[in-house]
Amino acid sequence: MNKYTLAVLVGNQFGVLNRVTSMFRRRQFNISALTVSETESNEYSRITIIFAGDEIKKKQLVDQLYKLPDVYSIKELNDTNSISCELMLVKMKNDPATRSELKAAAEAYEAKLVDYSKDSVIYQIMGSSRKMDEFINLMRDHQILEICRTGNVSLEIGGSTIRQTINL
Amino acid sequence: MKLSGADIVIRTLIEQGCDTVFGYPGGQILNVYDSLYKYQNEINHILVAHEQGATHAADGYARTTGKVGVVIATSGPGATNLVTGIATAYLDSIPMVAITGNVPNSQIGTDSFQEIDITGITLPITKHNYFVGDVKDLQKTIREAFKLAKSGRPGPVLIDVPKDVQIATCEYTPLGEVATEEKTPAKEQRIVEAAECINAAKKPFIYFGGGVISSGAQEVMSELAEKIDAPIGCSMMGLSTLPTDNQRFLGMQGMHGRYSSSMSMHHADCIIALGVRFNDRVTGNREKFARNASIIHIDIDGSELSKTVNAVHGLRGDVKLTLQKLLPLLKKSKKEKWQQMVRKFRDEEAEYLDNRDGLTPRRAILTLNKYLGEGTAVATDVGQHQMWCAQNLEFKKPRKFVTSGGLGTMGFGLGAAIGSAFGTGERSVLVTGDGSFGMNLNELATAVKYNVPVVVLIFNNGVLGMVRQWQTLFYNKHYSNTVLERKTDFVALAKAFGADGAKAQNIDELDSVLKIAFETDGPFVIDCAIDKDEFVLPMLPPGGSMDDIIVKVGD
Repeated sequence: MNKYTLAVLVGNQFGVLNRVTSMFRRRQFNISALTVSETESNEYSRITIIFAGDEIKKKQLVDQLYKLPDVYSIKELNDTNSISCELMLVKMKNDPATRSELKAAAEAYEAKLVDYSKDSVIYQIMGSSRKMDEFINLMRDHQILEICRTGNVSLEIGGSTIRQTINL
Repeated sequence: MKLSGADIVIRTLIEQGCDTVFGYPGGQILNVYDSLYKYQNEINHILVAHEQGATHAADGYARTTGKVGVVIATSGPGATNLVTGIATAYLDSIPMVAITGNVPNSQIGTDSFQEIDITGITLPITKHNYFVGDVKDLQKTIREAFKLAKSGRPGPVLIDVPKDVQIATCEYTPLGEVATEEKTPAKEQRIVEAAECINAAKKPFIYFGGGVISSGAQEVMSELAEKIDAPIGCSMMGLSTLPTDNQRFLGMQGMHGRYSSSMSMHHADCIIALGVRFNDRVTGNREKFARNASIIHIDIDGSELSKTVNAVHGLRGDVKLTLQKLLPLLKKSKKEKWQQMVRKFRDEEAEYLDNRDGLTPRRAILTLNKYLGEGTAVATDVGQHQMWCAQNLEFKKPRKFVTSGGLGTMGFGLGAAIGSAFGTGERSVLVTGDGSFGMNLNELATAVKYNVPVVVLIFNNGVLGMVRQWQTLFYNKHYSNTVLERKTDFVALAKAFGADGAKAQNIDELDSVLKIAFETDGPFVIDCAIDKDEFVLPMLPPGGSMDDIIVKVGD
């Protein structure tokens, strides 16, 4: 199975996210991450989807998305044509025995310490999803209290934008 | 000029060329019904017995006219009763607009009396749906709904209008009928590639569906068949597009398709699929489906291309416009060997044909054929009778076979036949089974009220025949809950509704009763006795391939 990143420009109305995710559920598309937010224009919202599947299933996903009247354009993004990143907050138990190890790992991954209390610390880390996965794996040796990830956001490099993509 | 939301609904409908709507009033749609009263000289409202019947009637109206079928219902149960009818239209790509009332905006989300989230419920069975919270958006929304319903691959659209929006007023300027989206042919490069593939084919087969009707591509498709010397088959949704006596036409193929049509498709080296999808009832086992054929698939809906079977050439575009571009690129050729093979399949089919005398299902339909005019629409319900119709009815003009192909909705037929009669302005026919008819026979009341000339031919075998057939073949004859053992007297029932009817116990009786039925002014019900152990043949077992085809059943 491959992972695909799709940026989808949709109308900024209530219920649009529901229409998109309802289609995913009905047709059983395997979505591993999804983010949605307003854009540079208040007419549009942008959905970034990480989809796991093969080329045929991905084509089907794109074709089905285009059938929704609220979808304006879709762009497939990858490592070479886009910049992607994710934000994560990790709350760890603040244990004197492991404090220095945590600190070293955080430094190596450029994680920022954003909260410090007697019992816990929170790190904020930004970057590729792979970097997040690796950092979590490292933290598993210690006591993770909770994790929150935003999911991927991606933008195409260079001057072209998703709004210039022809809806076909 | 300032108009109320309810008036805007009706005026906008009239502007869309809508002359007939089907529906049922109720508390939260009262204002729209008040406007229907006001505009009754410009728009005709047909009151049904149950909202489901209204959707099937609007659907039958749409299938026979090509126009958008319109249905109106109240909130809550009125709206939920539309669901099966909307889903039926969705699966068969029928243009429909459903308008529902809802509780006032201030009460939305509070579970008030007869409040239901119908936009949520119909999300996966509509092309799109709208909740109109503001009267200012009403005209624009209805126009958009009509545009969506009839553009591209047609389908149903629902508009939910809260009561306060029907009451509120706003400025209204008539804007006329909304245009459909412009149709476009497939990309030129794709057409060129497909032409090369067709020119190289020795055994081409044209397989088409309902998309050819919506696109109006039947003539150019016939030209294509002539030019490349190809036989033609279709899905059930394609039936009535070509006259049954067309020399190249082999009929429906698939699970209960005609033998020659299914065999020709199976042995083709190139399948040209037009406005059709490769549904499981068509392909059977997809691994074994037409293994030696390159599939060229032309459809206006890109998501259908390679959805279930891989198309070597997938062409997204309007079928008619694409074929018009494709045709000049094709070499005219004769394919004598292939035609010989097709003739052989036809001869074999003739041997398998059920030629028994007496009141057999096939004889019954052949008898019905004698009474069908060019303009007579035949609706069906779902089950064995539907397949016997698909195999044996004779069609002369497109849009005359009205059947639930995709969803397979039992109870579809009576509403659909009534809607068809309104659509064509002619007598319509419903062929049904006693099981299916039992589901929505309440619409007899509607047929009587409006004196709709509809001939209802019930194949009465006292069982749920199609399910029974499966139980016979695949479930060790365990007839679990398929024996009806009802004592319904359908003739007395027809009379109780104020219609007329008669029994037919043998083929001569059927003939004479049909004669009376087709001369009757208004609905006429025929209770036709059919043996419970009749089979629909041929049959491809579910998940089977042409190697597994059952053409005769041993004792």
